[in-house]
Amino acid sequence: MADKDISRRDRGGDVAGGAGGPEHEYTSLIEPKKGIGEVLAPAAGFGVTLSSMFKPTVTEQYPFEKVPTKPRYHGRHQLNRYPDGLEKCIGCELCAWACPADAIYVEGADNAPDAQYSPGERYGRVYQINYLRCIFCGLCIEACPTRALTMTNEYELAGPTRRGMIYEKQDLLAPMGEGMLGAPHPMVPGTEDTDYYRGAVTGPVPEQIDWVAQWRPEDATLQALRPGHRPQGSGDRDTSSELAEPMEHGQPAEVDASASQGRGSR
Amino acid sequence: MTTTTPKPATPAATSAPAAGEVTFTIDDVEVSVPKGTLVIRAAENLGIQIPRFCDHPLLQPAGACRQCLVEVSTPDREGNLRAMPKPQASCTLEATPGMVVKTQRTSAVADKAQHGVMELLLINHPLDCPTCDKGGECPLQNQAMSNGYATSRFHDVKRTFPKPLAISTEILLDRERCVLCQRCTRFSDEIAGDPFIDLQQRGVRQQIGVFDPAVLGFAGSDRAETYRGVQPDGTPLPVAVGQPEVDPRGPVGMATLDTSGRAFASYFSGNTIQICPVGALTNAAYRFRARPFDLISTPGVAEHDSNGAAIRVDHRRGVVLRRLAGEDAAVNEEWISDKDRFAFTWQGMPDRLTVPLVRDRAEDGTPGELRTASWAEALEVAAEGLAAARAAGGVGVLPGGRLPLEDAYAYAKFARVVLGTNDVDHRARPHSAEEEAFLAHHVAGSRMSVTFADLESAPVTLLVAFEPEDEGGIAFLRLRKGVQKNRNRVFSVAPFASRALDRLDARLLAAAPGTEPEVLDALGTPRADGVLAEAGQALDASAIILVGERLATIPGGLSAALRLAERTGARLAWIPRRAGERAGVEMGTLPGLLPGGRPVTDAQARVDVAAAWDVERLPAEPGRSAGEILAAAAEGELGGLVVGGVDPVDLPDPALARAALERVGFVVSLEVRASAVTALADVVLPVAPPVEKAGTFLNWEGRPRPFPQALTSTAMADHRVLDALADAMGTMLGLRTVAQAHAEIDAIGAWDGARVPAPAVAAAQPPTLGEGQAVLATWHQLLDAGRCQDGEAFLAGTAQRPVARLSPATGAAIGVATGDAVTVRTGAGRIVLPALLTPMPDGVVWVPVHSTGSSVRPTLRVDAGAVVDVAAAALPAADVEAAAPTGRRAHAATTDATTTDGEVL
Repeated sequence: MADKDISRRDRGGDVAGGAGGPEHEYTSLIEPKKGIGEVLAPAAGFGVTLSSMFKPTVTEQYPFEKVPTKPRYHGRHQLNRYPDGLEKCIGCELCAWACPADAIYVEGADNAPDAQYSPGERYGRVYQINYLRCIFCGLCIEACPTRALTMTNEYELAGPTRRGMIYEKQDLLAPMGEGMLGAPHPMVPGTEDTDYYRGAVTGPVPEQIDWVAQWRPEDATLQALRPGHRPQGSGDRDTSSELAEPMEHGQPAEVDASASQGRGSR
Repeated sequence: MTTTTPKPATPAATSAPAAGEVTFTIDDVEVSVPKGTLVIRAAENLGIQIPRFCDHPLLQPAGACRQCLVEVSTPDREGNLRAMPKPQASCTLEATPGMVVKTQRTSAVADKAQHGVMELLLINHPLDCPTCDKGGECPLQNQAMSNGYATSRFHDVKRTFPKPLAISTEILLDRERCVLCQRCTRFSDEIAGDPFIDLQQRGVRQQIGVFDPAVLGFAGSDRAETYRGVQPDGTPLPVAVGQPEVDPRGPVGMATLDTSGRAFASYFSGNTIQICPVGALTNAAYRFRARPFDLISTPGVAEHDSNGAAIRVDHRRGVVLRRLAGEDAAVNEEWISDKDRFAFTWQGMPDRLTVPLVRDRAEDGTPGELRTASWAEALEVAAEGLAAARAAGGVGVLPGGRLPLEDAYAYAKFARVVLGTNDVDHRARPHSAEEEAFLAHHVAGSRMSVTFADLESAPVTLLVAFEPEDEGGIAFLRLRKGVQKNRNRVFSVAPFASRALDRLDARLLAAAPGTEPEVLDALGTPRADGVLAEAGQALDASAIILVGERLATIPGGLSAALRLAERTGARLAWIPRRAGERAGVEMGTLPGLLPGGRPVTDAQARVDVAAAWDVERLPAEPGRSAGEILAAAAEGELGGLVVGGVDPVDLPDPALARAALERVGFVVSLEVRASAVTALADVVLPVAPPVEKAGTFLNWEGRPRPFPQALTSTAMADHRVLDALADAMGTMLGLRTVAQAHAEIDAIGAWDGARVPAPAVAAAQPPTLGEGQAVLATWHQLLDAGRCQDGEAFLAGTAQRPVARLSPATGAAIGVATGDAVTVRTGAGRIVLPALLTPMPDGVVWVPVHSTGSSVRPTLRVDAGAVVDVAAAALPAADVEAAAPTGRRAHAATTDATTTDGEVL
């Protein structure tokens, strides 16, 4: 048809009505309903609506009822501790380096002998994650050489202020687990930081507990580790009530820790 | 130098190498290099990177790390290429004609050898990159990635050492990270001449360490130990709990003293940190502070001395965290002094001035308290006050000696155009009219007449009133390089041979202060004998005479130096201490000099400058010098003062300076930090430190050393503030920007008219000494109690301990032996220091000018050459201990330079 059709068209602009002629009527390809179907056809559109009234609901009553996430959900970060309570974070900044959103800010500092926060020489003095920037990709978790940084399943990360969305170290540190001794305190005698990495340390030893009892007798984690312990300077407090204090009250220790962290600052 | 040619098509192309050239082949590329070139360097020039640790272009080859192995074949006698049986270290291998080198790029043998060496080096290297300061910029880390196996076959326990070892308060050593490349020890030995660390032990125990005091017997020193392990109250941790063998003082404190009374540290030790290819040597101040990828680097120029060393300023979030040496082959090569490297905290101290301050006066004129003010108000108050002061006797200007070119120019112009006076002098130190004549005659307008390269090549150098290390910094390194490499000879006119002179193999022309002119005049005359005759013969047209700023305090000293230079033809250079001295001379912040070295007294010079400044005429009378300005202000002759970065303690008479600032009607202070002047100023205008402004230092050579602004800041440079102040006073200065200043300076140009005649001041008669009297000799140590070293306790710990030096005979006369306390006394006050008997002229006592416990000018109110009383004294032990800052990170513990008035005891 190539050569023959190259000729001046005599009817420009017409869309329909080519060679086939003008008689080209519309016919639906859907088989028209017959019988009862034809009668019910106008109401058939409600079928989905009506049928879902009898299916189980998927609406979540979110703020009132919380549904657990999948176990590997990428939620808020957490800075973990060793079983004796020392922090795992060494302030190496590899998480900050890995972060594609530049959401993490870390400053390391020397572990002083009188303020040992993590095994080895270095600890994270400042640790901030900006949740306005974080994209929860988890590259920081992969970068962490000590598995200090992991992600929890907590997803409720909203707030009224920008400043409040920058989580500080005390916001991110894991709470004191059972049998942990609040940092800072010396490492287990005779161990190196590598022993901690290998899991050789399973909990605080008496030397560490003694050290904390000597230098920070008010530390709340002491109560559980030393049932008879009485904080110095609070002589007439009831021992039984101290014993009754739940373990999770690691807060005083952490407040204390963060307060004394300032000593390393410039 | 090195020519690179592709593999030649014809043998003819290679048949005629230039004389002294060697043609050989690297990775099938034929190259011609000068004879003696190392293979690794030739490969580098070709762009072939051979991994290496121990190799450093400025150090002697060592072949210590074996990482640079390459496969080498050389032609034998018949010309047949014969492969060497084993891979060779390319860093110690000189290229020979016809040699064929195959690097890891073309040779599987070389590649396997390098991988093997890397595996060996990593056997004992800890995997602590996450905690190591070098991580991220570590040659070992990088080359382990590029030239190492991905996995290790080593499964045993790594060798460990207690760490870190505090070599000095500033330098920490992690021996387990060390790959024994010996860069640090070679630097200390070859470049600085301070072998304060060296290899110890053998075999697997081989390690870098400080000398064992038990073997070498350093005075009163204990073994250097790890510093970890004290209780919160400072008592050592029990062995059961912490690491054993602890130094409870921690890394901050005084460096161990060696038998010469010198701190066991080097002024150049920081360079070892920078050249360490692993993280074995780290810096206590920067330790764990940041990572390389956090830091924003800006090139800069060191502001502490007149060398203008190139540095790199690394900052994180607006805080400078460290400085490194920059590379500038013409000036500092790759080395800087520890002061340039570590003393930067002063620029961000809490006492930084950020807003203008104004002091209100009551109706009767009694000054009130300083209060903050807006710039507009402060400028208005300053303008009104200065206008009134100008009418009431005039205003003196003291810009201080630390200014870049642009700021110095602005002060010079401000004084002449706005204040209508020549009373401007940047010399915040002892000075003299003779010195000003010397500067105008010889220094101004003679840029680059002597350079660092000349220091290296001049066969003979004579130092006069110039302590090369304390007052010269890297100029000392250049001199030493020349001595080591070219067997140059150094002579020094000084009271005693300091360690720096020993390391220069210098011959001492012993001279008591005040007798320098006599010694200089005796050189080369028939009456000279001994060393004098030797020095006189050695001085010729190829020699260099270096004079320090201290010679200004010796009447006739600079005149004699000029005479000597004329007599021998030797070139004469002036090396001041401060960074801004040369710029001040060139830009005219001297009472007798206008910009470009133009004498004020020359009518043509005044017309030149007046035309450039678009003013009708300039004040024709030479102004007052700094000392005269202060005296006039104290007398009430002057109506006001404009003071830049001046610390009264540095002035010849601090008490007079204080009196002048108190007495004078109106004081405007342009300062970075609150100072002694701030407390007496009527208006304080904050200005930017060097890190927050761009500018150009002029080093002692006269070489412009431009530097960019490193930190984002709203602080304004001096020239910008002076421009605004001039505006407020109704005069256009036209110096808002650096570019404007440069355009004006260039337009004015250099002076080609007549110079000021050379000074001809007669030497003073030597004083007669009574019983128990001595002539005072004194100079600044590199690390002292200066305000620019504030806030850096780690650096302060490496300073030399202040001692009083006496000759054995003088010591015997007053009954003092080394280590005993000696009192140096004048009518104004006294200084008590441990004595150190030193071979030096009798009847001379040396003390540092401004070290902790020895602040000569405020305490004694005299300077070098004065007669002082010396006597034995009891040294309070607390004084010695008080000098040591205690506690780790005790940045604020350094003594304030302004608290040393009155007696020091």
